[in-house]
Amino acid sequence: MTESTAKLDPKLLEILVCPVTKSPLEYNAEAQELISRQAQLAYPIRDGIPIMLADEARALDD
Amino acid sequence: MSDVMNVFDRALVRRHHDRAGETIADYSFLFDAVAQRLADRLLDVTRRFPRCLDLGSRGGAMARALAERRDIELMVQCDLSPAMAKVAGTPSHRVAAVSADEEFLPFAPGSFELVVSNLSLHWTNDLPGALIQIRQILKPDGLFLGAMLGGETLHELRTALMQAEIELEGGVSPRLSPLADLRDAGALLQRAGFALPVADVDRITVSYPNALKLMQDLRGMGETNAIHTRRQTMTRRSTLFRAAEIYQETFGDSDGRIPATFDILTLTGWVPDASQQQPLRPGSARSRLADALGVDEIGTDESAGTAAHTRSKDPKDQS
Repeated sequence: MTESTAKLDPKLLEILVCPVTKSPLEYNAEAQELISRQAQLAYPIRDGIPIMLADEARALDD
Repeated sequence: MSDVMNVFDRALVRRHHDRAGETIADYSFLFDAVAQRLADRLLDVTRRFPRCLDLGSRGGAMARALAERRDIELMVQCDLSPAMAKVAGTPSHRVAAVSADEEFLPFAPGSFELVVSNLSLHWTNDLPGALIQIRQILKPDGLFLGAMLGGETLHELRTALMQAEIELEGGVSPRLSPLADLRDAGALLQRAGFALPVADVDRITVSYPNALKLMQDLRGMGETNAIHTRRQTMTRRSTLFRAAEIYQETFGDSDGRIPATFDILTLTGWVPDASQQQPLRPGSARSRLADALGVDEIGTDESAGTAAHTRSKDPKDQS
């Protein structure tokens, strides 16, 4: 997949929330992660596809 | 019981979809046919759907069927399996893919005008919960249109496998999913808070050369057994061959081919909105039914009930 198609669609970003808490997400473009502060989870984005599954998410340390 | 029954192993459903991700195009005839039917139904709706979610998008059959619609500005394809979410995709729309669980939707309230679902919701453990979440992510007056397998789907295979297993292994294990029937589906839509709920059933009978080919297809579609209490060991080959024989003997036609029944339940519901037609309050009628029918009205007023009540007392009074 090329760089341009692998980008997260901003229109999609507008409507995404955390599937567990339904709270807003922070987009970390560098790490390609969507962060839910409430759930303390970071959802990965692979090839531009957000993987919004709790069991695929990284637990936040802090 | 307050807990939701977990009939299906969702992780396994996902693995089946992951596995089928690469080959789905070869087996997508059923998804394509149903996607086309759903798209045809949308033609009857004079409404614009700028934001559309395809729940359980698999190979992207729904997006292909909706490719001609100019009103869709953003098509979000959502599948439990990241591999499926990746293969789904068409250049003619603004398509975005997301991997998510139908039971835990990652969308803000009021995100979409339309949610479609093509043969996916029959794998959810908590269908009422999924429907409630779908209603929440739709805008007021938004439309949900979903097709799922139900009713008598694959009843021939169910019968054949059960008989073969009893004959050769002396017992039965759950192999095919429990499915919703039409009456449940309508009630569920209503319970989830949809207005103008409609559920109907459409039967598609597919002709196969033999039952082994059918089983191979189901695997290719990612539609194999994901029941939690399924047998953990591999099914014996002899059982499968015997099942194929029974299938042929019981259901085969004169040309030696076998039918496989798929009952497609289609669910339609609107998110309530003030602009929709509303039922009148009971007792607010302004004309008589008897007048409309041109007959004399037969009263069922209080006096009839009182009379009956009095009569039942009579014998006691007289004694």
